[in-house]
Parts: sequence; C-alpha cells; structure tokens
Amino acid sequence: MSTYLIRNAKVLGGDAQDVLVSDGRVAGLGTGLTAPEGAQVIEADGHVLLPGLVDLHTHLREPGREDAETVETGTRAAALGGFTAVHAMANTDPVADTAGVVEQVWRLGQQAGRCDVHPVGAVTVGLAGERLAELGAMHESAANVKVFSDDGKCVHDAVLMRRALEYVKAFDGVVAQHAQEPRLTEGAQMNEGTVSGVLGLRGWPAVAEEAIIARDVLLAAHVGSRLHVCHVSTAGSVEIIRWAKSKGWDVTAEVTPHHLLLTDELVRTYDPVYKVNPPLRTAEDVTALREGLADGTIDAVATDHAPHPSEDKDCEWAVAAMGMLGLETALSIVQQTMVDTGLLDWAGVADRMSVRPARIGRLDGHGRAVAVGEPANLVLVDPSARRTVEPSELASRSGNTPYAGMELPGRVVATFLRGVPTVIDGKLA
Amino acid sequence: MKRHLISAADLTRDDALLILDTAEELAHIAERPIKKLPTLRGRTVVNLFFEDSTRTRISFEAAAKRLSADVINFSAKGSSVSKGESLKDTALTLQAMGADAVVIRHNASGAPHTLANSGWLRGSVVNAGDGTHEHPTQALLDAFTMRRRLNAGKGDLEGRRITIVGDVLHSRVARSNVLLLATLGAEVTLVAPPTLLPIGIETWPCEVSYDLDAVLAKSDAVMMLRVQRERMNASYFPTEREYSRRYGLDEKRMAALPEHAIVMHPGPMNRGMEIAADVADSPRSTIVEQVTNGVSVRMAVLYLLLGGSEPAITTSEETAK
Repeated sequence: MSTYLIRNAKVLGGDAQDVLVSDGRVAGLGTGLTAPEGAQVIEADGHVLLPGLVDLHTHLREPGREDAETVETGTRAAALGGFTAVHAMANTDPVADTAGVVEQVWRLGQQAGRCDVHPVGAVTVGLAGERLAELGAMHESAANVKVFSDDGKCVHDAVLMRRALEYVKAFDGVVAQHAQEPRLTEGAQMNEGTVSGVLGLRGWPAVAEEAIIARDVLLAAHVGSRLHVCHVSTAGSVEIIRWAKSKGWDVTAEVTPHHLLLTDELVRTYDPVYKVNPPLRTAEDVTALREGLADGTIDAVATDHAPHPSEDKDCEWAVAAMGMLGLETALSIVQQTMVDTGLLDWAGVADRMSVRPARIGRLDGHGRAVAVGEPANLVLVDPSARRTVEPSELASRSGNTPYAGMELPGRVVATFLRGVPTVIDGKLA
Repeated sequence: MKRHLISAADLTRDDALLILDTAEELAHIAERPIKKLPTLRGRTVVNLFFEDSTRTRISFEAAAKRLSADVINFSAKGSSVSKGESLKDTALTLQAMGADAVVIRHNASGAPHTLANSGWLRGSVVNAGDGTHEHPTQALLDAFTMRRRLNAGKGDLEGRRITIVGDVLHSRVARSNVLLLATLGAEVTLVAPPTLLPIGIETWPCEVSYDLDAVLAKSDAVMMLRVQRERMNASYFPTEREYSRRYGLDEKRMAALPEHAIVMHPGPMNRGMEIAADVADSPRSTIVEQVTNGVSVRMAVLYLLLGGSEPAITTSEETAK
C-alpha cells in the first residue's frame, strides 16, 4: 500500500502540520516530517484537513432506479464531496427490508470501493407502516445494519414506532424517523405559509413535522431508546429537540445543507428543482436550523441526496418528484452557511459532518480523530477556492441540483479512504 | 404589457385599464350582425385544456374566432395527454405546429408559469385557470362587469367595496380578483369560514371577515364563490345546510345590500347552496352578463398579446393583421 505525506495541512483548521499516511492509517503527525522513500507528497498549502465525511442520509437508488443513480455513480459523487461513508436509504425497489437486499447494496458498495456504503434497513415491510421488517436479520447480515428508517414515509403508527424503538435496542440500532404526520400532509406540495397561499399549492405545515417529533422523543424517553430525527426543517422542531436533549434523552437529529440555505421563496419560480420533502421553509426556520447546528442541538449535517432523472423534474410542479442532489455540494454549503458566517469553525464541521454522524451510525472506523494510529479516512479542503456549480459536471447520474449556476465557496482537493486516495486534485483518483 | 398573462399580478394599473378599455370597444362588435374582425387573421390560438371547462373554453374560442384567429382545441381527455404524454412534449408539439398563443387550463397550480418560462414555446401563454392558483381573465371580466355596473364602464374601481364570499382557500378566482381589484383601487373583503382561508391571508391586500352579515350593508358588489362538491365531506364545514345558512346569499341577505349593489358568481353555481335561486335570477345578478363580458375581455387580452400596436377595430382589410 502506498504512503502519502500531506504537507502543511491545517488539521481541523488549526496550525499547519504534516500528516503521514501509511498502510491505511495515520502514521505520523507533526511539523517538518520527511517523506519516507517512495512516498507521494501532497502539498496542502494550508488547506484544511478533516476526518472523512459521513452521510447519514443518501439515496443511491439502486436497486430499482438505476436511471437516477447507482451505487457506482453515487459513491463517485460521495468521494468528490469528501465523504468516506454514506448510509444508503431503504426506499429502493425492491425496498431494503430484507437481509438479501441490504447485503446486495452493501456488496455493490464494496465493489465500487470509493466510499463505504452502509445500507439503512426499512423499519416496516415495504415501507408500508404496517408490520416490522426483519430488523434483526438485516443487522446480522453481512451489511451489519444499525440504522433503520422508512425514510420518505413516516412510521406514523405510535405503537409500531414504539415497538421499533424498543426492538432495535437489542443490537444497539437506531430508528431514524422521517417525521411527517400523514393526514396533515395529504397532497402537500410545499411549506404551508404565505407563499403557498399565494401560489395555490397545497401546504405542508411545520406542525406536521413537529407533532411527530414531539411524540417520538416522548416515546423514546418512555422506552429508553435512541431516536434519530431525519432532516429537521423547522424552528419548532429545533426547539423540541433542544428540550428533549435538556431532559437527557438519547435523541439525535440531522439537517440537510439545503435547509440551511434555501427558502420557500424559491418556489415562486414553480421550478421543481426546489421541490423537496420536507419542503424548503422560511428564512426564520433557516436561522433556527443554523443556530441549532451551531449549538449542537442538531448533531449532524446529512445530505438527503436524492437524484431524479430529468423527466421527473422537467414538468409541472405538482407531478414532479421530490428531492435534490447534495453529496457534491454539501461541504460548500456548510462552509457558506456555517463557517463563513462564523457559526462553526472547522473542528465544528468535522464534528457535525464526521464525528457525530459516525457515532450515530455506530461506524467504528469513521469520524475518528486525525491522530497517529487512526484509520486514514481524511478529506483535504481548500476553503479559499470558489466554484460555479454546473449540473453536467457532477458525478451523479442526475442533474437536479438547486445550486446550478451558483458560485459556492470551498473545494474538496483530496479524499482518502483508509489511506487510499479516492480523490486527488479534485478529481476521482 | 408582458408577453404572457399568468397572474393578475402581471398587470399594472395601466395594463389593466388598457385591457378593460379595449374590451369596451370590442364589446360593441357583439352588437353587430356580423361579429367578426380580421385583426388576428392568420394567427393560431391553441386552447390547451387539461381540465374540463366548457364555459371557459368556448369563451376563449369565441373570442379568438371573432378576431379571425385560427383556433385549435386541444383537450387532454382522449388525447395523447391521457396516455401519459408530458406537458413538455405537448408544448413542443404545439410549438412545432406554430401556435402564436396557448390558452392553458390545468389542474396543477403553476403549469402555465412553467409553460411560459420553460423555453418550450415561443408564443404567448394565457392562463385560463391553474389549479388553486389564478384565473386572471376571470378577474378581468369581473372587473369589467363591476366597472360597467358601478362606474359607467370607465376608469378604475377606486374606493369601491367588493365582498368575495366562500372557498377562498381553493379558489383561483378569488386570488386573481384580490390582486386585480387591489391594483384598480377597490377595497376587497374576503368572507369565509376560517377553514377555507389560506394561511398567510393577513399579507394579502384585502380585509378578512368571518361574518357575512356584518359586511353586506357596505358592499358595492358581492361575489359568491362556488363550493366544490369534494370539500363537502372533508370537514371544512359541518354540513351543506350550515354552510348555506352562514355563508349563502339568500333573498334576506340580498335585501341588506345597498340599492346599487350587484351580485356576482363566476359559475357554475350550486343553486340553493352558496346562492339562492331567486338571488341568482334577480335583476341585481350579473351572472349571465359576466359570461357575455368574458368574451369581450378575452378578445382584448388576445388582441393585446398578439396584435400589438394596430388599432383593434379597423375598417380596411389592408391594415388588419
């Protein structure tokens, strides 16, 4: 295995150091390190070195919608975005609700080799919300599933949710809830508020998310289980989670990059690239989400990377698919909204995009300190770079990015997966 | 004027008055034995209707034909659209056939906006009603009717008090009317049960009341909105009877209106529900007049979007386009 010396990298944004990577691990850390014979030297020029990013929420679409994304293309996008591990959501076709399907996705990730792929298992059979899927079998499979979610659908039956929360305790699993009260959101098209009233689009009220989160934190507390809340999108949700944490309950939450930046004002264009679930909210919600992420109420940034082919977006709003790309732009959006605004430093970014998501997913080899002896899952970022997002240049099979034409800060220069570069000079290795 | 008419908000006060004044001129055509002008000869107007609406379609069809345009009616039912063809492919087909204007009715809010801004079409797009969003030509014909009855067909509606009653939440007619009437200086009050008012209504340029009786005495016009059948079993209100009792316009309530006030309805009506039959048929009712005026207003819209600067009514064939 090759050896790399990364010179003058600001580890977690601190003082510049040299980092020696060898045999898949960080082998040396300090100033003025000499490159061993045969080592490749990477001049970091003061770029920021972080632990490899971990995404708790990725849609890789395989099996079933290989026209939108595959494990191969999705993990390329992930590596280019600085990720070394992603959690592949269960809403594939067939649904990842059996050991067979999660093992298939896991193997495809192994074959692709650019990024660890950890399949998320469905909580209920077929995501139908009626009976538990074989959670234990998925856990015991080669995929070693720890995170379970019906993402895209809410486990809205309170008894079923309670049972799922209890059941996964046996193997330290966690239920990641897509919080959406179904009756309050029938046919919902966008955030319910001033803009939806003007546009005549059926509203998706904040209370539909908050009511489920409130119920679930109480359920989790009652049965003493872990709960993870997917893509928190409202100020009220942040308040409820803050309250639950203040009680000492084992509740974690994620926010997407797009909810940290975009608002429902964009829907005035009726451009379906802005159609996403949960919907884009108001500027007040964006502020609360940033504050929640800054103070740690929200544990993680998760992309909810949701590729869709053009025919599912190049149409009238009501029939368009929900979701937007995220893997290749996540770090830039976090830099713009959190770092460049002074809300979070790079150590904070490492915590919210690597350390905590790895801990929530119980991934031992990821989200570790940049220290001698640790697995060399690393990402080197140039925060001073600026780039304009061009959908056709993205590695994802789909082009539904809401940032097309926008100039974003930061660029992933290199990504290492267990000491092997998956990205070098901003390009796939 | 903008190239498309998607929302009543697209119209400035001057645009709106130009349309209304042009419609007044064109209205006289209807009184002639030969109701036809050569103005849009050689132009193609497509009525693209994804939703059943006989009255709006024939109104646009009559308007286009009176201006001598070629009219193609494209109804989604029984066409390639019902076989799953996308809006994009339909638009590209119409573009390939050389549509100068596309009049679109669609059940999805924003579909006309998408059609106009997608680059799929080069012609003008006229919104003939999209989902629960807008119906700007309905607002124009309503304003035209109010102006005739209340202002002798001239000027704006400054200070006129208009009350719109019913299912505002799902009404594209209400949305367009609020916007246009505000532009024309009228004072609008929306009356509905709270369940049928959208969130954020306080930001609209109008007043809101839950009490119909409280606003009748100071209304110059009352517009009753249709209550859709599918709302009746969705807990927006307890029963039809209760809705009718609290928000329906019957003879007793009509008597509370000022002498000069008019009663409007965009149709189709639920007689006995939001409006009593006697009220609908009373001399104060402008319901049939609204239909007539719809043709004149749509002629004006098509003429101004397609004809441009030429006078609307010409005597010689040479100057006609």
